Amino acid sequence: MKITVDEDKCCGAGNCVLIAPEVFDQRDEDGIVVLLRSEPGAEERAAVLEAAAVCPAAAIEVHEEA
Amino acid sequence: MSIDEQVLPYPIPNDAALDPPPEWAELRGTCPVAHVELPSGDRARLLTRYDDVKLVLADPRFTRQLTAPDAARLTTDGGVFNSEMAQFIPDGGEGHQHWRRLVGKWFTAKRMAALRPGMAQIADDLIDDLIERGAPGDLRAGLGFPLPVYVICDMLGVPAADRDRFSYWSDTLLNLTRYSKEEIEAAQLAFFEYMSGHVAAKRERPGDDLLSELIAAGGAEDGGLTDMQILVTGMALLVAGHETTANMIGKMVAMLLADRSRWERLLADPSLIRTTVEESLRLDANSGFGLPRYLPVEAEVGGTVLPKGTTVVCSMAAANRDENAFEAADRFDQTRSPNAHLSFGAGAHSCLGQALARTELQVVLEVLLRRLPGLELAVPVAELERVEGLAVGGLRTLPVRW
Repeated sequence: MKITVDEDKCCGAGNCVLIAPEVFDQRDEDGIVVLLRSEPGAEERAAVLEAAAVCPAAAIEVHEEA
Repeated sequence: MSIDEQVLPYPIPNDAALDPPPEWAELRGTCPVAHVELPSGDRARLLTRYDDVKLVLADPRFTRQLTAPDAARLTTDGGVFNSEMAQFIPDGGEGHQHWRRLVGKWFTAKRMAALRPGMAQIADDLIDDLIERGAPGDLRAGLGFPLPVYVICDMLGVPAADRDRFSYWSDTLLNLTRYSKEEIEAAQLAFFEYMSGHVAAKRERPGDDLLSELIAAGGAEDGGLTDMQILVTGMALLVAGHETTANMIGKMVAMLLADRSRWERLLADPSLIRTTVEESLRLDANSGFGLPRYLPVEAEVGGTVLPKGTTVVCSMAAANRDENAFEAADRFDQTRSPNAHLSFGAGAHSCLGQALARTELQVVLEVLLRRLPGLELAVPVAELERVEGLAVGGLRTLPVRW
């Protein structure tokens, strides 16, 4: 799987970091999402899908075919 | 008369402390854009379906300009949504994003994780006091209320010793029915003066807190906030950090103890704490007023055209039980995932403090399960009483023994 994030949409809720801290982080200066790994392994799959589904700003996109 | 021809009183009366009013399911099914009458007597439209509520909360056409001349008044006496003070925080666009990012950096998941040990210590100390006073005790007064208050006071650098005054001020701002116009105005003025003095003191002697950092970022011309914005931000955070999580702790524990198999499941498997917290947030049937929005242009929602000047009320709690969005929506599922509930709103304005709230709720459960595994309700569920009139719902007391 491949992940992209939209920094303009991101509202800094931090939910993705609480759910998948190995994959997502937030910038110290404004709380906006930082992608730590854009192609996480199978062990992160469930957490990444959950993080994308619950993002309040719909700022995380998961591309399955890649 | 069928429900779609009626004008329902809003908030919809409901005596059950933990269960939803039956009207929600009926409205979602047959009348998703209902007519309601607010405590002021003004009319608004009530949204109860998941898709409608989610779209409206994220749609910038639905503004927070509740002070517009033709917007419905929630009450005749002011209160949090009608406050002129809220207008100092930009409502949308780049201005809002700028404010959001300046303040939001204080509420990142990483910062909240760093606060965990301190939160756990506060919870441990409060539970020590509860045990010393002996069972039965009130979990709301003894733990649910003080914990978030201590945490937000610490973040803002305001003395927790003044918490009785903060409680009164936030109650007058958030209560839609209890106080007179004079009482609300006097409380707002006193709160404003207190926070002005506090911000001035931080300017003199900066500390390691959110307000000091906002001051240090400079004025509007330096990319920071104006003095008034800093002041209003401090007031807004103090109020928001007071009643919301404080009430949610009590409601969450009540939901877990009302069917004690839920509590026992957590004792057996504490890894379910995170998803259990989310499910409690989703199924909170007593979450309060919901979020009002004002529409300065015509727009369509759920197949209904709403004229310019309409005020809508989004019921996130009703939306969270929509069968079209959640499988077995009425079931309390401690493993539900994903759980895209709307309790913190949606879109660019979704709750700024949600990582803080989530962390506090998780820590409280961790400590309670460890310290008081025998926790149970000391009264039948039917005797739990709602706090009346608050924009944010809660329980008056939560009598427990252990």
